[in-house]
Amino acid sequence: MSAERASLQIRAQVLQAIRSFFSEQGFLEVETPVLIPANAPEEHIDPVHAAPWQLQTSPEVCMKRLLCRGHDRIFQICRCWRADERGTRHLSEFTMLEWYRSNADYRMLMDDCEALLARVAACCTKDGLFRYNGHKISPSASWARYSVQEAFLRFAKADPLACAQNGLFETVLTEKVEPALAEHNTPVILCDYPRQMAALARIKSDNPAYAERFELYLGGLELANGFSELTDPVEQRQRFDEANRMRKRLGKSELPLPEPFLAELGAMPPSAGIALGVDRLVMLTVGADRIDQVVAFTPESL
Amino acid sequence: MLSVADLKKGAKLTIDGDPYVVTAFDFVKPGKGQALYKCKMKNMITGVILDRTYRSGENFEPARLEEKDMEYLYKEGTHYTFMDQENYEQVVMEEDAIGDAKNFLLENTKVSVLLFGDKPIGVTLPNFMNLRVVQTDPWVKGDTSGSDSKPATVETGYVLRVPPFIEEGELIVIDTRTGEYSTRVKG
Repeated sequence: MSAERASLQIRAQVLQAIRSFFSEQGFLEVETPVLIPANAPEEHIDPVHAAPWQLQTSPEVCMKRLLCRGHDRIFQICRCWRADERGTRHLSEFTMLEWYRSNADYRMLMDDCEALLARVAACCTKDGLFRYNGHKISPSASWARYSVQEAFLRFAKADPLACAQNGLFETVLTEKVEPALAEHNTPVILCDYPRQMAALARIKSDNPAYAERFELYLGGLELANGFSELTDPVEQRQRFDEANRMRKRLGKSELPLPEPFLAELGAMPPSAGIALGVDRLVMLTVGADRIDQVVAFTPESL
Repeated sequence: MLSVADLKKGAKLTIDGDPYVVTAFDFVKPGKGQALYKCKMKNMITGVILDRTYRSGENFEPARLEEKDMEYLYKEGTHYTFMDQENYEQVVMEEDAIGDAKNFLLENTKVSVLLFGDKPIGVTLPNFMNLRVVQTDPWVKGDTSGSDSKPATVETGYVLRVPPFIEEGELIVIDTRTGEYSTRVKG
């Protein structure tokens, strides 16, 4: 069987495993529009414009509005677009899995991740292991967990709050922390990010410098990003405005705010939501080092 | 000026006054954070490899490189002199910068010289050059050693393997990209 056929087949199996996992857990699969008037503005994420609207960078705005309307466990597999993101692990158009739970916080999402990855590894790999860049990662062994503060201190001897202040957070994360996370042979959860790195996440009640956000890494590859959702519309609007101020400072265009979302946010129960890169999960399942190996077409081949 | 969006394999930049070519490139973007552009670059003069990571918003000086048609004139010690075919100005290049091309350079050969500003940093030869064999052992009829090639020295002093039937004084064609024998010049 050709490598292309094998990776397309594994992609289909992964999608099927995700769907059956969530429907067994009582989640409702939903579809929301990909062409929308406004995404949640982010400092470092640029939407693809489709005048007069834009393509979704994530389905979060519409999915959270469904939470506000009382749909308490929902998931979606959809295409998202982010302008100018192209590399060995990035495609400008990619497939996202997002799921949301009401009356839950980010710790329940971590449990979901453990169960979901165990399922995908069992159904879609030969030996129950994920592979990336020469690393073998076992999702059934107990997962490593670090707070961002622990990880920065341990692997970079750096203070994440200071790094976030002086703009070196990403550099330290990619140069020092992620390579250390890659050495773990289990998935790694990195949690509690500096609040300025978590525009839509709830602030930690015991340490307001940090927010309840986590990232999931396998073999150093960032797979998912989840958080306890911010439910305060006033605070949310301030953070969107702050993101737009930062964009302006970087010479980027300011983005429109998702006003209907802000109007409904007050009705959202305490919730948690997470986005997982499906193409990357397929990479881990196939053992591919480049995202190009797991899609039928790259933009360059069109 | 170039921006990070121009960074890709093959892009040429000036760093600390030297020209660099990007030999490997990747885009990374940790969790909704700022994008980083990781480059592996080669100094086009010294060959030294450099790893650099850039962030969005950074700008670069492009490497102003120019290729000019020149004629190779002569060599003095380790200096090779070329003449610009347009304005007849002469440029001198060090043997180090010439690299393997020195094995095939004959006086009056038309070549392409790569200039960084005024500084010549490389030379590209025609893909095929005719060179005369100045020394090789004669082919002994009935040689049973089974060897299908023998060493030969050409007029530049370069030694390569040629088929057994090539004789001293013959002109042969060499592929300058591989340095290998290509064919003999008939007639």
